[in-house]
Amino acid sequence: MSATTASSSAAPPPATALRDPGLYDYLPWNDRPTIRWPNGARVAFWVAPNIEFYEIDPPRNPARAAWGRPAPDVQNYAYRDYGNRAGFARMFDVMNQLGVRGSVSLNVAMCEHHPEIIKTCADANWEFYSHGTYNTRYLMGMNEAQERAVIQDSIDTIKKHTGQKLDGWLAPALTYTDRTMDLVAEMGLSYVCDLFHDDQPGPVKVKQGKLTSMPYSLEMNDVIVYNVNLVQPRRYADILKRQFDRLYAEGEKSGTVMCIPLHPYLVGQPYRLAAFQEALEYITGHDKVWVATGREIAKYYAEHYHEAFTRAAHPVGEAP
Amino acid sequence: MNSPFNTSAGGLPDEHLRYAKRGYGMDQNRYAWSMLGERKPVQWPGGARVALWIIPALEWFPLNMKGVPFKPPGAMQTSYPDLRHYTLRDYGNRVGIHRIMQVLDTRGLKASVAVNAAVACRYPALIRECTRRGWEVIANGLDMDHLHHSGLSLEAEKQLIEQTLSILRDASAQPVRGWLSPAKSESFHTPDLVAEAGIDYLCDWVNDDLPYAFKTASRAIHAMPHPIDIDDHTILVQNHHSEDDFRDALIDQFNWLYREAGQAGGRVMAISLHPWIIGQPYRIRALEEALDHMLRHAGVWSATGAEILDAWKRQQG
Repeated sequence: MSATTASSSAAPPPATALRDPGLYDYLPWNDRPTIRWPNGARVAFWVAPNIEFYEIDPPRNPARAAWGRPAPDVQNYAYRDYGNRAGFARMFDVMNQLGVRGSVSLNVAMCEHHPEIIKTCADANWEFYSHGTYNTRYLMGMNEAQERAVIQDSIDTIKKHTGQKLDGWLAPALTYTDRTMDLVAEMGLSYVCDLFHDDQPGPVKVKQGKLTSMPYSLEMNDVIVYNVNLVQPRRYADILKRQFDRLYAEGEKSGTVMCIPLHPYLVGQPYRLAAFQEALEYITGHDKVWVATGREIAKYYAEHYHEAFTRAAHPVGEAP
Repeated sequence: MNSPFNTSAGGLPDEHLRYAKRGYGMDQNRYAWSMLGERKPVQWPGGARVALWIIPALEWFPLNMKGVPFKPPGAMQTSYPDLRHYTLRDYGNRVGIHRIMQVLDTRGLKASVAVNAAVACRYPALIRECTRRGWEVIANGLDMDHLHHSGLSLEAEKQLIEQTLSILRDASAQPVRGWLSPAKSESFHTPDLVAEAGIDYLCDWVNDDLPYAFKTASRAIHAMPHPIDIDDHTILVQNHHSEDDFRDALIDQFNWLYREAGQAGGRVMAISLHPWIIGQPYRIRALEEALDHMLRHAGVWSATGAEILDAWKRQQG
């Protein structure tokens, strides 16, 4: 039986739609300031588990239904719930045994629904950043006050339940407005995982504040690998190793970033764990790897390279 | 369009920022929130580590399928009459299931067979073959074009369930304690209605690797871990993986569960099969090789869903 994710048909762009998001200038791979990570590392490596809560019957966003089937979509709801009940602990153990702290992409309502999972991550000194309130609440169509309320909810909930200041953002279910980047920067966040244009961090052009784009990688994301590209677990291990090998080689010249975004309901299936473990052992078995969190990498980049990257970038020309 | 001076103009209705169910546990009341690793370890009979639960589905896809509210996996696809898909699905009931029977018989394994009631009416000889082997019959709805969904009236769904169970109980001379909804599609009432009709366990919720208590309006039932992620349809048809990939997925699944069972208590290795898929001559060996791998391990208990549930309830219920 099909295990695909909920399908959605995109609404046509509004009359005010932009041709270019205008979020970054052009900075070619072959001509930019050199990045040197701490201790001579070639690759800054981070793992970003998406710890999510999907509601069984949420209000329907006009631009996208939460589920592919009419409510209750028992099959897909339960499939996501598997991640919290069974998959998370397995994924956590594999990472923990290899000394890899996660950077949790968190639906912040998880703090109320499943505090046991939050405590496990917090006790292991994992980072929490925001992936919205629920993975079934989308930003499209929100006015500015509503979007600010969602971001503030994330700041407050993560502070209250983990003591951490919220630094990072990955929009819930990758849904946006034209204001999203400006708002998260203005409200004090320092990095976003929503832009896929580079293998190094980079400056994001926002109205106020200083914002860094962190490489997060859809290509390495287990949802894309397993549910979109329909890949075998053993092949996923091969993909991860190939990605790492190239970034490690190129990182000798200038430091690169590798991220593995995960979802416990996928990577935490019994038949997929050995392959993930093997890839993680391979990557962490190299000596010039900086195993870090999103916040640590973004902070180091912002302090050392953000200004230089901004200065070196070329303005983007006007398309006809 | 929003005024630049009023950040609250336009936007989504207020309900999009209201979270009535935001609190400890789940956002519905069918079951308690519980993490697999935090539960009391399960002991299977004879000290087995893994209960091996094999669940072939006997399905009938009518030629004139309406696909309400959606077309289930395996549905007719071409213009009417779609003889190619109709007959290929029926291949499973004529030929494929007998290959599965041969594979399980020669290894001394039993199964729970999830049956559309229409199959029992159309092919009584096939049901006799199943029950003669001591296989358990699970209800799999009326047929693959009668989905359970919220567009059905309560009364219509109640009748559908009663009709399904009445046919299957007559045909199998078994109590029929397990329920698998066609395409795992439920209405908000399905668990209440099947519990009222005497069902003890539900196979639609893919959120766990062990049985767990499931609430209904009339009585407590249980959910059983009937998989979707590693069944033959997902891996071979949807993902277009090879037969060897399917074998390897089953082996990797078993290895992880077997190792986990050594530390954390009994596990269930559930294998969902569709005879029109795995029963093809070029595919059946994948099942044989995966099962042979499992049976080389000590502590593998071949059981029906009802036997697994009863063993679990004796200590956990």
